[in-house]
Amino acid sequence: MTATAYGAYGGRYVPETLIPALDELARGWEEATVDSAYRAELDALGAHYVGRPSPLYETERFTPPGRRIVLKREDLNHTGAHKINNALGQILLASRLGKRRIVAETGAGQHGVATATVCARFGLECVVYMGAEDMRRQHPNVERMRLLGAEVRAVEFGTKTLKEATSEAIRDWIANVETTYYLIGSCVGPAPYPSIVRELQAVIGREARAQMLEAYDRLPDAVVACVGGGSNAIGLFAGFLDDAEVRLVGVEAAGAASLGTGRAAVLHGARSSVLADEDGQVLDAHSISAGLDYPGVGPEHAALRDSGRAEYVTATDEEALAAFHLLAETEGILPALEPAHALARALDLDAELILVGLSGRGDKDLAEVLEH
Amino acid sequence: MAGRGTPELAEAAAAGGADLIEIGFPFSDPLADGPVVRRAAEQALADGMRTAECLRCLSDVRERVSVPLVPMTYSSLLEAYGWERFAADARAAGATSLIVADLPIDVHPELERIHLVAPTSTDERIALAAESTDGWLYLVTVAGTTGARTELSPALAPLVARTRALTDTPLYAGFGISTPEQAAGAAELADGVVVGSAALLAAEVGPAALERFVAQLRAALV
Repeated sequence: MTATAYGAYGGRYVPETLIPALDELARGWEEATVDSAYRAELDALGAHYVGRPSPLYETERFTPPGRRIVLKREDLNHTGAHKINNALGQILLASRLGKRRIVAETGAGQHGVATATVCARFGLECVVYMGAEDMRRQHPNVERMRLLGAEVRAVEFGTKTLKEATSEAIRDWIANVETTYYLIGSCVGPAPYPSIVRELQAVIGREARAQMLEAYDRLPDAVVACVGGGSNAIGLFAGFLDDAEVRLVGVEAAGAASLGTGRAAVLHGARSSVLADEDGQVLDAHSISAGLDYPGVGPEHAALRDSGRAEYVTATDEEALAAFHLLAETEGILPALEPAHALARALDLDAELILVGLSGRGDKDLAEVLEH
Repeated sequence: MAGRGTPELAEAAAAGGADLIEIGFPFSDPLADGPVVRRAAEQALADGMRTAECLRCLSDVRERVSVPLVPMTYSSLLEAYGWERFAADARAAGATSLIVADLPIDVHPELERIHLVAPTSTDERIALAAESTDGWLYLVTVAGTTGARTELSPALAPLVARTRALTDTPLYAGFGISTPEQAAGAAELADGVVVGSAALLAAEVGPAALERFVAQLRAALV
């Protein structure tokens, strides 16, 4: 189980204490993926609880001349983002493993809300670690998690954002590993987490590909998604990886471009491209969007960058805000600030038919947007 | 933790009776560490202790004490510095061995180091660790991070028993041991005792306090 799944990236760089739990997780996941009952339960919950499939919607007034932009509306999912796809799949896995206590980290709060939601649905104890700075700027999601019965623990050290929240969640897991399931929110962390999250989010890409063929009788020229840890992007890309003619474009926050300006380093249990100095010390990321404010990225994205299959670009805070306002005013859709980065780059991308992952809705960001 | 005062502190620890000294090379995101070590690492990084400075510090310590010196750090530093180069330069600077807190036994097996095993480790992994560890095995007494606990972990005795059945390698117990009483209890089971966070707290007071603290531990082990 030590081979890295994504070329030189991925792996397991964790204290030995966690290895048996990761082995157990990998075995449980392998069994679940070949169990038709697991698949059936996940699909039924997807249909009736989440609202899958999420629709495609082609923008009318948002679209620049000479292009067509199609949105994959993950913002219409229950809880308002793609995070619920992963949370549901993992909570079913946790139940199979007999774990009754769930820990998670959250940045924008969307993964925390999704985790609190599925814990409520399945009657499991839920502890969510969140940076104190993120609790300030995503306050509605903190209240939401509490109403759902989760305990939200403020992380008060370091940058007080997603990086520290993730470290604290992993420390909690180390200390309570016999009873606790760590429900990671993105395609990061030690193996097998990146591949579990990817498979659970791949529903986005599978649906989108079929929907494109159905509606347009062709594939998009380009698929664009925002990348923080990268779970919504990897899920959307997964549907098109084998279609060599489809460009895959990941959009990072300019101040958190782990793929654009990062280097190989080890963070949160995996080797990936990380914002780090020449000594391997992890640097602070900066983004208006709490969900992209993370110095690491999923190892598969690093491998896709190196192979050239996907390209990674950036959008600034200002560009994301402008795209946020434009989509709101021209289409009547408030996007989350994270996919607003993808929308910003889609506007100037040199491609005719563009599919954009609208990974979440913007309600959580109202205070942040109004402040700017 | 490597820092400007480390050579004096190491001398004090040796004078107090330490048989071996671990020196932390700080990392920004230390998953295995509790609040005390984490704070010390943050301070060391703020003071500019990067890998080259840590190696110089190690070499300064080596000039002052004769006990074995073991850097304890995280994978990201070795990844950035070069795995082989890090091991070679640490040895050249006087390191006896190395501990990498987030490097499981079977990752980078070519890197000679002291392996850690935990109460959660299977017999199979304990055997693998014992086979390839560099001199002694580090028994993590608790499932958890570094830092003081109120009592010696009840998981230590069964872990020692399981490990003894698999190997003759010396076993040193660490994580959560902070008082002379706990050290004495651990020493009844294991061949040695590692005290980290509590020693760091004593070191923050100064070399004299650290020497007194180590001497108390030493006395409890006799």
